[in-house]
Amino acid sequence: MNAHDTHLHSRTDDGIAPGETLLHVDNISLSFGGVKAITDVSFDILKGEVRAIIGPNGAGKTSMLNVINGFYHPQEGTITFRGEERRRMRPYQAASSGISRTFQNVALFHGMTTLDNIMAGRTLKMNKNFFWQMWRYGPALDEEIQHREVVEEIIDFLEIEAIRKEPVGTLPYGLQKRVELGRALAAEPDLLLLDEPMAGMNLEEKEDMSRFIIDVNQQYGTTIALIEHDMGVVMDLADRVMVLDYGKKIGDGLPHEVQSNQDVIDAYLGVAH
Amino acid sequence: MAHSGNTSTNGAASTFPQYLKLNANRFANRPAYRHKDFGIWQTWNWAEVHDEIRACSMGLKALGVKPGQKVAIIGQNRPRLYWTFCAAQAIGAVPVPVYADSVAEEMSYVLEHAEVTAAVCQNQEQVDKVLSIKDELKKLKLMVYDEPRGLRDYDLKFLHSIDSVQKMGREEFEKNGEAEWVSGYEKLKGDDLAVMLYTSGTTGRPKGVMLSFDNLVKSSANANNFDSLDETEEIIAYLPLAWVGDHVFSYAQSFIAGYCVCCPESPETADDDRREIAPTYFFAPPRVFETLLTAITVRMEDAGNTKQKMFKYFMEHARRVGEPILNGESVGMWDRILYGLGEFLVYGPLKNRMGMTKMKVGYTAGEAIGPEIFRFYRSLGLNLKQLYGQTEAAVYISAQPDGQIRADTVGTPSPDVEIEIAESGEVMYRSPGVFVGYYKNDEATKDTKTKDGWVHTGDAGFIDNEGHLRIIDRAKDVGKLTDGSLFAPKYIENKLKFFPNVKEAVAFGDKRDKCCVFLNIDLTSVGNWAERNNVSYASYQELTQHPEVIKMMGEHVREVNEDLSTEEMMAGSQIHRFLVLHKELDPDDGEMTRTMKVRRSFIDERYGELVEALYDGSTEKFIETEVVFEDGRKGSISATVAIQDAPLFAPQSMKEAAE
Repeated sequence: MNAHDTHLHSRTDDGIAPGETLLHVDNISLSFGGVKAITDVSFDILKGEVRAIIGPNGAGKTSMLNVINGFYHPQEGTITFRGEERRRMRPYQAASSGISRTFQNVALFHGMTTLDNIMAGRTLKMNKNFFWQMWRYGPALDEEIQHREVVEEIIDFLEIEAIRKEPVGTLPYGLQKRVELGRALAAEPDLLLLDEPMAGMNLEEKEDMSRFIIDVNQQYGTTIALIEHDMGVVMDLADRVMVLDYGKKIGDGLPHEVQSNQDVIDAYLGVAH
Repeated sequence: MAHSGNTSTNGAASTFPQYLKLNANRFANRPAYRHKDFGIWQTWNWAEVHDEIRACSMGLKALGVKPGQKVAIIGQNRPRLYWTFCAAQAIGAVPVPVYADSVAEEMSYVLEHAEVTAAVCQNQEQVDKVLSIKDELKKLKLMVYDEPRGLRDYDLKFLHSIDSVQKMGREEFEKNGEAEWVSGYEKLKGDDLAVMLYTSGTTGRPKGVMLSFDNLVKSSANANNFDSLDETEEIIAYLPLAWVGDHVFSYAQSFIAGYCVCCPESPETADDDRREIAPTYFFAPPRVFETLLTAITVRMEDAGNTKQKMFKYFMEHARRVGEPILNGESVGMWDRILYGLGEFLVYGPLKNRMGMTKMKVGYTAGEAIGPEIFRFYRSLGLNLKQLYGQTEAAVYISAQPDGQIRADTVGTPSPDVEIEIAESGEVMYRSPGVFVGYYKNDEATKDTKTKDGWVHTGDAGFIDNEGHLRIIDRAKDVGKLTDGSLFAPKYIENKLKFFPNVKEAVAFGDKRDKCCVFLNIDLTSVGNWAERNNVSYASYQELTQHPEVIKMMGEHVREVNEDLSTEEMMAGSQIHRFLVLHKELDPDDGEMTRTMKVRRSFIDERYGELVEALYDGSTEKFIETEVVFEDGRKGSISATVAIQDAPLFAPQSMKEAAE
């Protein structure tokens, strides 16, 4: 009757069971001219986990996300995603590889509504060509309706019904962050990269966002890698934590292990190098 | 009484499960519930609702819910939560709706006091709250939730989703049919307990008001007849489930008339959703109407010149002829044509914007509404009325009949309701809607309800010349002048505060020989007036003592006195003398509460000299007052405050009686 089937899901069965390695990074080094952003870092992300990357400012966390999603190509080392070694990619290849992300400073289309922004996340999944789109009625409309259903499900999931038709430029920051998460989810990613999802939020907004991240992880089984400075959040959310400092990996493991690691404490509190 | 006598409650049906069955037959294909979900209005007709409720009810029964047990319902307005009301009632259990936004500790008192054995929660938030207090709730054996999000990993034996409960119920139905279920609710009688509603408890602990099926069914049937509500109505359910108003408007009246209840997507979208639905029957506290009007005023100020002019012109016209047209009085042809044009250009679009295009009747209640605001909506052609009600009365005590609408009354007694004013001035009533009693609190029941069924409202009021009830104040605030006439401070203060120039007023008079008032000017509106009239002033203090300002205030006081003189009960408490305070009453100085209510006794003490001066006949008084600045520093301000006599009027009711 009014049953609403779930349309949103991770890519079905890619042959990787939860708990197996989804992404593997081996001995990566990345430099911009003489500046070494990342030096010889290896780590892995398992399917279905929440993996946190932490470290002081300038440690190379965002560069690491950019390497993972294919925006930067490292000079040395290899990345293996879903069992395939990564080669240099064009942006659209990177976008359709099953990795989506949000940005540290919100990068939405400010003049567009929440709905349209999230719809934009579905672009790569729309197959009808320009001429059908121009005609609008018929196949293009059918397709749009299907995608709208998915988008509505995301809106319901993130509880942003009230701002569905508001231009995102007018929204408070916490909500913009939520819309950005929605757009990333619209691509139905296997791996979701969140760059400081809680930066600049108040306590209540942080609690909400944490709840959404857990729910995404549990309900859709989406693997999540996140950068975050709020240690309380990281300790609560993450299954495993990797710590970077000056482009090098100085710690990796379960949250409480990392917390008691002397190198990590030094990096955060600061000692003479 | 014009409306009494017609309490048709549709033959045999006297409980909600019976009405459900009746509706599933007579209105099978009519919409019963709508819920906006995933951006689309989902609709269920009465036949579908019947099946859904049956499944839910049989499921609950299979899970061990027994007659007489209490079922807590916690959440926002969702169709499935409304259905659980009926599902529980069909088993003979009693639903107890709980305010969804109350914190766990508040909830724990109600759930424990009501001895609930099952709790139906909307979502994870509510489930978590109940789980956090579960240890205290010894009798709680079953929990059910509506929205599964986040609850997938809760591995608890006593926790079920409504879906799984309904599945259980459907299996049961397929196996054994509905005969047993039907015979279960056919046994229910009209005087059986239907629902328990906890009063919000602003004073002391919440009390559980027990209402029977008869209370709700009769009160609701009367209300439906009073406003000729039938199955074609659409309403939007957006007020808390635990509040008697919502229970009667969105559940009881809907089941009896068979009209459609629409649940918004979320509380934040209620305004947009109302615009889409355009309810035909609408209830809101005055605050909602104020907010809507402010939003419109602000938008109009941003509009272009032509639009503004058009708006002003037609609103002025509506103010003149809108209400007479609505009341069916005779209005000239040309005015009617102009009003029609205004409807097309201004009123129609405005009503559309507010989601009131199809509104047949609307109610406001809870507190006094400003006459300007009230008149604004009425002049647009909206049939907005006032009613007076209580949880203990299953809402309706009095309501305004069509065509007899005044901003300052709450109408004539509702059908089948008798109203009497006690010696003390307290309003008392007796009606079929009068509650059974407070749950496990016989003492409070005895204090509130007399042996022969009269209920103390706790409000002081009187019946005016036209037979309309007027509420003046909480009974405990009402005093007497030394000559014995009634003194209701809030009533006088409200009359003064309805003038935009008066921000606050404090009336004195209890146990004194006459009534006198302090006034606070409204700086925005008086300042605006000063600017237009070239009155220059250097400070708030100076403006308050400007002769023109005092004259203006005197004029307002005169108008209030003239108004009071027409009311038999109040004529004695006309304002003899007044002064305009040199400083604004401020919660920072302790003169008001944080919710902006005047703290009478404190002011009496702090401005003792001024109060004295009001009564000793002096024409001015020097006063020095300590004030707290926003940064916490203390200072003092001093002023010489002028005190004026106000013109008095002979009581007019005597004259009218003579005519």
